[in-house]
Order: sequence, then C-alpha cells, then structure tokens
Amino acid sequence: MRYAMAIDTKKCVGCSDCVVACQTENNVPHGYCRDWVVEVMDGTYPNLELEIRSERCNHCDNSPCVRCCPTGASHYEAGGIVTVTANECIGCGACIESCPYDARYSHPDGYVDKCTFCLHRVEKGEKPACVSVCPTNCMYFGDLEDPDSDVSQALQNRKYKTLAPEAGTKPQIYYLI
Amino acid sequence: MKEEIFVSGRNIPNIDPFLHIWHWQIPLYLFLGGLAAGIMFFASLYTILGKEKEMPTTVKWAVFLVPAALVLGLFALFLDLKHQWYFWRLYLTVRFESPMSWGAWVLMLITPLSMMWVSSYIKELYPKWDWKFEILNKFEKLIIEYRKSLAWALLILSVILGIYTGILLSAFNARPLWNTAILGPLFLVSGLSTGAAAIMWMSKSHIERSFMSKVDLILIGIELFFIIHLFMGFMASTAVQINAAELFMGGQFTVSFWVFVVILGLVFPAILEILELRGYKIPVAIPALLILFGGLMFRFIMVEAGQITRYLY
Ligand code: SF4
Ligand code: SF4
Repeated sequence: MRYAMAIDTKKCVGCSDCVVACQTENNVPHGYCRDWVVEVMDGTYPNLELEIRSERCNHCDNSPCVRCCPTGASHYEAGGIVTVTANECIGCGACIESCPYDARYSHPDGYVDKCTFCLHRVEKGEKPACVSVCPTNCMYFGDLEDPDSDVSQALQNRKYKTLAPEAGTKPQIYYLI
Repeated sequence: MKEEIFVSGRNIPNIDPFLHIWHWQIPLYLFLGGLAAGIMFFASLYTILGKEKEMPTTVKWAVFLVPAALVLGLFALFLDLKHQWYFWRLYLTVRFESPMSWGAWVLMLITPLSMMWVSSYIKELYPKWDWKFEILNKFEKLIIEYRKSLAWALLILSVILGIYTGILLSAFNARPLWNTAILGPLFLVSGLSTGAAAIMWMSKSHIERSFMSKVDLILIGIELFFIIHLFMGFMASTAVQINAAELFMGGQFTVSFWVFVVILGLVFPAILEILELRGYKIPVAIPALLILFGGLMFRFIMVEAGQITRYLY
C-alpha cells in the first residue's frame, strides 16, 4: 500500500477551502496551517501563465524528516504516511530543518505537528478532509499500488510533476499539469 | 519572471517568511562542542606522545575547560528544545541516521570521560585536595594508571565530536548551504583551531605557546583552504547552492562573513601569530580572542544563513 494524492492544478481555483477544512478537522492552532495554497505567476505580460497549487506534506518515500529525527517520534505509518508521535517528540526542530517543503511547524504546546493525510479518517475508509471538501473536486487520494484507486486513475491520463524532486525526497503529492 | 505567493495566507511563527527555528542556542552548542573537542584532542594527543612535561597546559590545565564547555553546550541544546520535559526521549534510542541522536550520545560519553581526566589532575592543581572517600581515591589511582587508554578513547571521541558539529548541519539536504560534505572537516578544523587558541591563551610557558601557535597557523591555513573549497563547490553546483553561495558574495552575509570570520577571525590573528613568532611583542590574548570570536561568529552565520537557503519559493 502506498497512499498518495494527485492535485489538478488546472481545476484548482485557489479558494482555500482545503485549508479551512484541515484547520477545523484537525484542530490546528490559530495562526498555523498544515496545508496552504500557492499561486504561481510565470512569464512576462501579456504572456502570463498561472498555476494554483494546494500544498501540504508530501509524505515522502525517502523522508529526511524521519531520518533526522533523533527519537523516532517522526515515523512512517502503514501506507507510507509520515506522522509525529507527540509524546516522543523533544521539539529539537531537526525535522523542520530537514523538510525541503517547510511542511512542519512547532506546535504552541512544544511538539512538532504536520499533515497526517487525515490518518484518523483514512483508517475508517474516508478521504482526507481537504479532499472531501474541495468544491472543484480537484484532489484525488488513494493507494498508488491499486490501479483502480482515484489517485492511480487520475495519474493515468495526465502529465504530472512533483515539487523539488531534486531534493531527493521522493514526494508523494502529484500535481497534474 | 516568476512570482509565487501564498494565496491562502500563511504566516507560521518561525517558519515564514524565512525558517528560523534554530536561534542562538544551536550555534553556541556547536561552538562549545568544537572548542571542547579541540582542547581534548590536543590533550589526549600529547599524552599519547608522552609530552606531559613540555606541554603542561595542553595536557592538564586547559582540559578543565572541557567538561564546563560540554555541560554548557548540552544546556544550550536543552534550551533549544521546545518539548523540553521529554528530553529523556533522546536517550532511549540510538539512531545512526540521525546526527542529532548519535551526537547527543557522543556528548554523553565524552562528558564523564573528560571529567575523569580532570579529576586525575586536580591534586596537582590543589595539593590540599581531599576526595573524602576512600573509593574515590582508588578510582583516581585507577584513572592515573590507565591514562593512556583514556587518552586513546578521548582522542577518537574528540575527533568524532568535532566532525559531528559540522555533520549535524550537513545532513540536512533541505538547506543547500549546509548540504555539503566539506562542512564536517571544516567544523572539525575550526574546532581544533579554537581549542589551540584557548590553550595558547592559558599557557604560561613560552615554548608551549609558540608551539601551539605554529599548530594553530597550520590549522588556519587548512581552514582557509576549506572555505575556498566550500565556495568553489557551491559555484560549480546546482542553482540552489549557487544561490546559497551568493548570500556570501554580495548577499546579506557578505560583510559579516568576510570581515568578522575570515579577516578578523582567521587572517588577522594569523598575521599576529607570525609576527609573534618572529619576535615582536604581541600579547597572546589578542590573536587567541580573535580566533575564538571568529569561530563563534562562523557558527552563528552558518546556522542563520543556512536556514534562509531553500528549494522552493
Ligand atoms: S514533505 Fe517534509 S514533512 Fe512531509 S514527509 Fe516530506 S520531508 Fe517529511
Ligand atoms: S522535533 Fe520532534 S519529531 Fe522533529 S526531529 Fe525533533 S524529536 Fe523528532
């Protein structure tokens, strides 16, 4: 099993519903977020190109955050989901330094927090909150190893990219372009 | 032109707009670790070479700084932790892929060993010293008897500690400025040089001082070579590493790095040391202080600048 997400940059309108859904679902402290939306404007007027991306932890296959964690608090769950066990975390910040996507933050209570792919929902067979709330249905979640899953289907007929693959992390959020 | 903005709004404390998770504690920890490694290295080396008589400060007295520096360093690391009362978790596992983990273990080993070293010389410093308990006297005798073996262990541990202070940073591939293998050797040499400077400063014997000053000159030479090598490597590397190097070549760290670290912290003290060796009267405290100051600045700048370098946005 390998959980992954595909996000259609052509469908995303940048409404930030996914951000609010995550904050509500996961009780994210005020002023923090586990996902965010980036708007990229490329080119020179009048030849401009716009890309809108909803970003979050990439649940990397080769995650430096898990490697650098001195206590093992950062670890892989089944399906490659990367999570932090709060009462094992010492708050050293090594994992924050090691994430090329700045997807982690230091929770006001001291431990490190991040996107969990809504593990608590996924375990019950539900989709992550951000995916289920998206009004344009631009996010696809599921098991990459299952050819019939939403994510595998979405990746089949489209070109896609990942963010900063040169950082060597093997990110598992795919952006349809 | 490419412009990237967070449309959902994102302003997470210490992450946006630039990463600033590590403040003064980590560079101080790295400095104290390097200093302790440097002093310990020379103390064990000259014990193994049987030079206790010629180099008393190196072998005996400067080592008194080592446990103090290590305990202070560990305390700085502790202050940096945001989930402090789970600190003990660090010592429940050994994770070799995580430099933070094995480094913490090396510190845990080297601190008591260096304390043992110091305790075996305490009677020479304070002849009236009394251990009070017979068992401690026996323990002291044992340490004195096995001093050479202790020196070997500490020699190896001090090299590991010195390299660790650099590897801690170079293991982070997310920060292009740190992600270079030269950082381990560079931090080691810099640590050795600060150690030599501290010994020089404390020593009262002219012969020992001028010997350490020659050693220090060689170390400064190697350090300068490594620094040039570091930037040459960056300039011949990927876009993110070229950007990292540019922070020091016209960017915001240009003045602080080249003036405080390279000129005041390395070149100028080297010139003073050469003049001193040639017979000019120069108080040893000046080059020694400059080297220590340069070493501290170097770590502050590297930690600060490294957190700014990144892959995205
Ligand atoms: S995106 Fe960052 S936090 Fe998430 S798994 Fe990759 S390295 Fe770790
Ligand atoms: S902050 Fe916590 S999760 Fe992150 S590396 Fe340190 S102990 Fe591990």
